[in-house]
Amino acid sequence: MGIELMTDQLLRVENLHARYGESKVLHGLSFSVDRGEVVTLLGRNGAGKTSTLRALMGILPTRDGSILFDGKEIIGLPSNRIARLGMGYVPEERGIFGSLTVAENLVLPPVVRSGAMSLDEIYTLFPNIKERSKSRGTHLSGGEQQMLAMARILRTGAHFLLLDEPTEGLAPIIVHAIADVIKALKARGATILLVEQNFRFASTVADRHYVVEDGRIIDQLANDEIKMNPEKIESYLGIEVEHRRKEASHG
Amino acid sequence: MMRIALFVALVILAIIAPFFVYPVFLMKVFVFALFASAFNLLLGYAGLLSFGHAAFFGTGSYITAHALKVWGFPFEMGLLAGVVASTALGVLFGLIAVRRLGIYFAMITLALAQMMYFVYLQAPFTGGEDGIQSVPRGTLLGLVDLRSDLNLYYVVLAISLAGIFCIYRIVKSPFGQVLRSIGQNPDRSVSLGYSISTYKLAVYIMSAAFSGLAGALLVVVFQLASLDEVNWHMSGEVVLMTLVGGVGTLLGPIVGAAVIVTLQNYLAEVGQWVLVIQGSIFVIIVLAFRKGIVGELSDPESWLRTTLRRVGMRSPGPGPSARPGEAVDLGQARQPVRSGD
Amino acid sequence: MGEIFGMPVQVLMGQLAIGLINGSFYALLSLGLAIIFGLLNVINFAHGAQYMLGAFVAWMLLHYLGIGYWPALLLAPLIVGAIGILMERFMIRKLYHVDHVYGLLLTFGIALILQGLFLNMFGVSGQRYPTPDALRGMVDLGFMFLPIYRGWVIVASLAVCLLTWFIIEKTKLGAYLRAATENPELVRAFGINVPVLITLTYGAGVALAAFAGVMAAPVYQVSPIMGAEIIIVVFAVVVIGGMGSLLGAIVAGFGLGLVEGLTRVFYPEASSVVIFLVMAIVLLLKPSGLFGQAR
Repeated sequence: MGIELMTDQLLRVENLHARYGESKVLHGLSFSVDRGEVVTLLGRNGAGKTSTLRALMGILPTRDGSILFDGKEIIGLPSNRIARLGMGYVPEERGIFGSLTVAENLVLPPVVRSGAMSLDEIYTLFPNIKERSKSRGTHLSGGEQQMLAMARILRTGAHFLLLDEPTEGLAPIIVHAIADVIKALKARGATILLVEQNFRFASTVADRHYVVEDGRIIDQLANDEIKMNPEKIESYLGIEVEHRRKEASHG
Repeated sequence: MMRIALFVALVILAIIAPFFVYPVFLMKVFVFALFASAFNLLLGYAGLLSFGHAAFFGTGSYITAHALKVWGFPFEMGLLAGVVASTALGVLFGLIAVRRLGIYFAMITLALAQMMYFVYLQAPFTGGEDGIQSVPRGTLLGLVDLRSDLNLYYVVLAISLAGIFCIYRIVKSPFGQVLRSIGQNPDRSVSLGYSISTYKLAVYIMSAAFSGLAGALLVVVFQLASLDEVNWHMSGEVVLMTLVGGVGTLLGPIVGAAVIVTLQNYLAEVGQWVLVIQGSIFVIIVLAFRKGIVGELSDPESWLRTTLRRVGMRSPGPGPSARPGEAVDLGQARQPVRSGD
Repeated sequence: MGEIFGMPVQVLMGQLAIGLINGSFYALLSLGLAIIFGLLNVINFAHGAQYMLGAFVAWMLLHYLGIGYWPALLLAPLIVGAIGILMERFMIRKLYHVDHVYGLLLTFGIALILQGLFLNMFGVSGQRYPTPDALRGMVDLGFMFLPIYRGWVIVASLAVCLLTWFIIEKTKLGAYLRAATENPELVRAFGINVPVLITLTYGAGVALAAFAGVMAAPVYQVSPIMGAEIIIVVFAVVVIGGMGSLLGAIVAGFGLGLVEGLTRVFYPEASSVVIFLVMAIVLLLKPSGLFGQAR
């Protein structure tokens, strides 16, 4: 139990490399997440954020380096074993199955740990899901699908959640609801690693932020910093640059 | 250049060969080389696996046999009749099949060909289980008597090589370039504005025509048209020849035809073991040597790379890169060379 | 007795019954193919050979071990399914990352090997498999006499088809299967051992083929070529029903058996090609098949 005494890290990633076939996407990523924290990975499109989540989850089979999860090395494990250790994944495209009903989607992933949310709790948190439980999964709206994807993972009792752009393409009111859910989860003691492009959203829920570029971590920011100094993160995300480019092309 | 030199050497070898080897055996090799080349035009370049090419091969042989024997057509017109019939069948099947891709295409062509098998089994002119026997060979342009095996040999050689050369020209033409891009990357070809179905239909018909020519030649050689030529087993054999030789290579189908025809000759006595052996070759090729004989030999770099990878070393340098999500798990990735769906 | 369209009712009904029996085998086989294709993306060309294997295993159980029909109905699918599991683990699995046509070519090779082996052992002529005692005799349906065994084939096949459909569409296991068909990567990331699921699915599809083989043994001769004859027709049935649709496989299987039976009554010359003709027409009108989704 030495590791547990030394640190309260739930996840420690060191020198993570990963590839799709022959093309490398992660070039020695290192970062850590403490128990109970909400941490985001910020970065431009193609920086390697989604690949990082997929590598953690074991979906990218060719990976190298070290991933300590709950004190256990998981770099060599297949994704089904990693999931059983309590890591839950909500993919960017949400992964709702069209050939399953909403209820089937919800109970599809097996319960992996005690302390999982009961169906009643889930229906309280996401009332829409109960109403539509007989519908095909893909007949839900985008926001409902996102809620279902998160609810599905909560039911498993996973205590470390990987959320890939949960707010993408959703209306502001739903983005608020998702922020509320994330805060509620944090209050329950869940640890969350969040991939976001929308750093304004990220700053409302996260404790810390890592900036990813070219498959590496290039900076780490506390949430206060981001609020005090938004230009810095804007330059990291290339928002300013794109802005100027657009102006230039107009002129 | 190397390949052309090799090709010329092979042609010279073919000219002197009948003085050393039984000409009928050689003719069979050439006929099947043409058949496999025609099949390869479809699989190797357009990425379409037809599992029903026996229909065209058999149509060529039945119609030519009937034209020569019953209608009394001269040799040239007999061949033409077979080719026209198989081309027409190609148009018909093509219209039905080319809209579906990949394995669907394979299943549909197999089923259509099986329908033709039953048609020929029952049609009054085919002689059912007996086939059309003692088909006259006739003369070439009324001048050369083809009853002589040696005379016929050179005629069959010339026609087969001309057919294979045509296929080669098609592959190298702009049309062939488009085909290859369709076979390798259908999505991109759509965005380039090619009408994929039209191209596929065209190449399917061409492949049917050359297959029919091969079937027609076979009838002249053996003076017999039978159900063997339209059986599903024949469709499988031409796939096997092409796979063994190397899909998507010019010489592959020729080498494959030579290997398989030779094998059949030696295995004639072992009866049903032929099936076991052919099946085993399929399994081994598909699992271990998907490039076939010619493909593996002519691509030493790739051979080396796979060997290196097998002993656990990573080969340096850039390679074919897969898009995210493709190379990962279940059947998502494509083979770089030929893609069937 | 009356006539329908100039045909004696008994002749018509007799042919329809035969059509339904053939349809039972089409349905069982195309259902297995559809399940395998859904998850593995492999057209299992060996399906016909595995059907033949099922019949031969039943025959061998009877002749070498004295094990009769009823135990064989369970044992033969288990044995052949286990052989299928070995095939998936050691051969088919290696082809998931390459073009799907290689799966077809591999299983075609396996089919040739199996057929060749049994031709060597048993020759072309078929072996007789006796009808089980409990199912001998005829039943009078009023308009015709139906051999009890044939009635049993139709009822049992329909029951097994519906049970399979129910398992896949309505149970938790089926939900895993459907989800893994859509997105195997994600289902695995939820903690489900998808490779094992794939292996078992292949085994189950193969077991269905073997079950059909045992059912067929007393009806047809147990012969090495029985699989090669039926598999191509079953391919056409699958294309007509719509690839990937289980209900399509079942409905098209029984339906085309009936169509074939009717053709045998009214225009016998066309009975061996009618299913292929239907396939061509369906493809021209609805390329994705009767129950298939466009893809």
